[in-house]
Formats: sequence, C-alpha cells, structure tokens
Amino acid sequence: MIIIFAVFLLTLLVITAIAIVRAENLFVAVMLMAIFSLLMAANFFILDAADVALTEAAIGAGVTTVIFLGALSLTAENEKKVELSRGVAMSIVTATTLLLIYATFEKPKLGDPEAPVHQHVAPWYLSETPKLIDIPNVVTAVLGSFRAYDTLGEVFVVFTACIGVLFLLSAKNPADKQSRRTPPESIGLRHHLIPKVVGRLLFPFIVLFGLYVQFHGEYGPGGGFQAGAIIATGIILFALLEGEKTALAAVPHSVMMAMVAGGALLYTMVGVVTMFMGGNFLDYSVLSSNPVFGQQMGIILIEAGVGITVCGALLAIFHAFAARENY
Amino acid sequence: MLEQVLYVLSWIMLTVGGFFVLVGGIGALRLPNFYTRMHAASVTDTIATFLVLGGLLLQAGLTIATVKLIAILVFLLLTGPTASYALANAALLSGVKSNATFRKVNGKGSKSGAGQETSVNQETDASQETSASQENNEEQSK
Repeated sequence: MIIIFAVFLLTLLVITAIAIVRAENLFVAVMLMAIFSLLMAANFFILDAADVALTEAAIGAGVTTVIFLGALSLTAENEKKVELSRGVAMSIVTATTLLLIYATFEKPKLGDPEAPVHQHVAPWYLSETPKLIDIPNVVTAVLGSFRAYDTLGEVFVVFTACIGVLFLLSAKNPADKQSRRTPPESIGLRHHLIPKVVGRLLFPFIVLFGLYVQFHGEYGPGGGFQAGAIIATGIILFALLEGEKTALAAVPHSVMMAMVAGGALLYTMVGVVTMFMGGNFLDYSVLSSNPVFGQQMGIILIEAGVGITVCGALLAIFHAFAARENY
Repeated sequence: MLEQVLYVLSWIMLTVGGFFVLVGGIGALRLPNFYTRMHAASVTDTIATFLVLGGLLLQAGLTIATVKLIAILVFLLLTGPTASYALANAALLSGVKSNATFRKVNGKGSKSGAGQETSVNQETDASQETSASQENNEEQSK
C-alpha cells in the first residue's frame, strides 16, 4: 500500500518537474516548485522521515516560494527566449539520466535490512541513544550530539549564505538614487480585509507552533531548522499583511543581524564551554554532573542556536528582497 | 452497535469527501473561466476537507489524534476560503473578466486584451466559438 502511494507521488513529482521546465511564465514555475516541495515532503513522510518532511514543507514550500516571488517582483514575469541549440544540453541530460538509471540497479531494495546504510553506524545510534542521551527522537540525538560537527557546519552554511545574499542585494545602483520613493510594500494589504483579519488570527498560533517544534524536537519530529523556518514564515506573513515597515519596526535589522550571528555564536560557544570544562569540542556530557542530563542540555542549547540563526537568516533575506525597488 | 454506526458513518463521510475532491478536480479542469474554476477548486478546500477530516475524526475516537485533527480542520477551514478569496480578489484587481474564457489549459497565450484578438485564429473550433461569443458580450456591455 505504501509502495503504491510512493510510486504515485514519485510519478506526480516527475510530472511536476517536467511542468516546471516547460513553464514559460516564471510565476507559474514558482508555484509549481512549491507543489514539487509539498509532494517531496509527502514522499519523505511516507519514508518515515518526518523531520526532513517538516523541513521540506516549511522551507521548500513556504519560505522559498515567498523569497522567489520577492525576487520575481524585481525581474521579468516571463522566461527569456534562448536561441542556443538544445542538442548539447539534451544529450548531456540524456546521458546523465541513463547513468543514474543504471546506478539504481545496484541499489538495495526499499526497507531492506541488509542495506549498507542499516549496517554501518545506524544500529549503534539506535542502541546507544537511550543509554547516552535518553531522548525518544533518535534523529535529534544524531543531529544534535553524535554528529554535532555536521550540524555546526550546516549552521555556518546558512550564516554564510545569508551574508552572501545580503552583500549582493545591498549593492546600490548609483544611477537611480533620485527615484527613492516609498516602496509599494510598505502599504501592506490594506485593501484586503479578509486575509488581514485571518492572518492576524493565525499569526500567534504559527509562532506558537514554531516554538513547540523547537522545544519538542527531542520528543517528536522537529528541531531548530524547522522551528526557525516556521517562525520566519509567521513573521513574513505578518510583513506581507501589515507592510514591510511595520514588520521592520517589530523585528529591526539590527535584531535580525544579531540573530544570524548570535545563533551560530551560541552553538560554537557551547562547544568552547565543553572544551573549558574538560571535554572534547561539542561533547555535552561534561556540561552537568549527570552526563545524560548534560547531553540533553547541550542539545537544547545548540538547537536554540540553530533556530535563531535560521529564523534570522530567512527574515534578513526576505527583507533584503522586499527593500529593493529594482534589480 | 454505536461503534458500527460510527464506522459506517465515517466511511460514508470519507467516500462523499473523496467524491467532492474528484468533483473539484474535474471542475478545475473543465469549467470555462477562471472564476468558475476557482469555485470548483474551493469546493475541495471546504466541504471535501470537512468531510474527509470528519470521517477520520470518527475513526480516531477520543485520542490525542482527535485534537490534532480538529486543529487541522479549524486551520484549513480558516485558510482555505481566505486563500480562495485572496485569489479571486487578486484576479479581479488585475482585470480578469468573468466572461473571459480560457483558450488553452496550460495558458500559453497571454490573458491580456491585446493578445486575445490576435491569437483567436490559432485556436481550436470550440474555443473560437466561445471567444467569438465573448467578444460579442463585450461589445454588448459597451
């Protein structure tokens, strides 16, 4: 039954991908990409990867769509016609496709217990998590503690990406200094009463759900990445409804920058503190006299750091797009 | 006895809900213009969601899943119609006419008035007739 669902969803994914490539209107392409992300999230969920599904739904279908639309409002609506011949591209794509299909023949079957991925470190994680960390969600344990270096790297990727986007978008075009009028975004959806009322009603619940995902990550699917994205979605919704100015008054640029840097700093500082207390970098066991409690404390702290950085980075990127008049 | 009644009722709700999803899908594909299509799609948002989630609620019994399902139901019943309204409002403001027919399903032609007259000739017979009648309507309204 699950296999039927999975095949159905994967077929829809392929159809959506083809539709994205064929779409000439870029708004249509962005909407199709949101659908693609949602289908992907459903697929992840079928494969029991609830944490990844949550991330994909929040970031892929939610925040990315808004940021893409913000980028589109700065450029053209339709795809540029390319006059180049497509023969080379088609042959490369065909060759890669055939190679990938050939590679799948060697792959183990779905859910095969003999698959290498289930033989390597996964059994150790599953058997040791209750003893060493004692939290029900093994994914959070792996992400936050066993593989904390990887997660630290991911946080710095988000951090660096945010800095890069802000650098690119804050470059001013000297030609249009005179045309500094009030951007249309600052009006918000003044004339759209119903979305505004419903949005105001939902906004606190979205943020509350984000906090739940943040601090419930040890027990259920969730954690810093998902929570940061959900809270950022809530604040972006607020910005869309009330206007960019009101949102910036609530969360000013200085706060966003402090969040982007502070989250990554908090993560690193946890590692430095564990070193000072006699352990290895990011070995939380030394944080408390009870090593299990120390591990839990460390995971909560670094997850908070991840959430703060992700939320700040997404907000900063959104506002960077919204603040520009033209490209 | 009560359990069986609930079971049957839940499956009736699920089936009718599925039927409305199907109707919404067919409507979104087959109906002639933007607003009627949106109307069909919003059927999926409201009555179908209500019936499917209601059916699941009856199956879940009184557990924590029930509370979550109710939360999802309330969320969808608030956001679905709002999204439909926002879509219709945006279409109205950007000048989509209610008597303008879609000429192609995947919309290669632009919806603007200028492109409409030039691209009419390239369309199939059926849409030519509808476009022609629509032009008549526009003339009459003027």
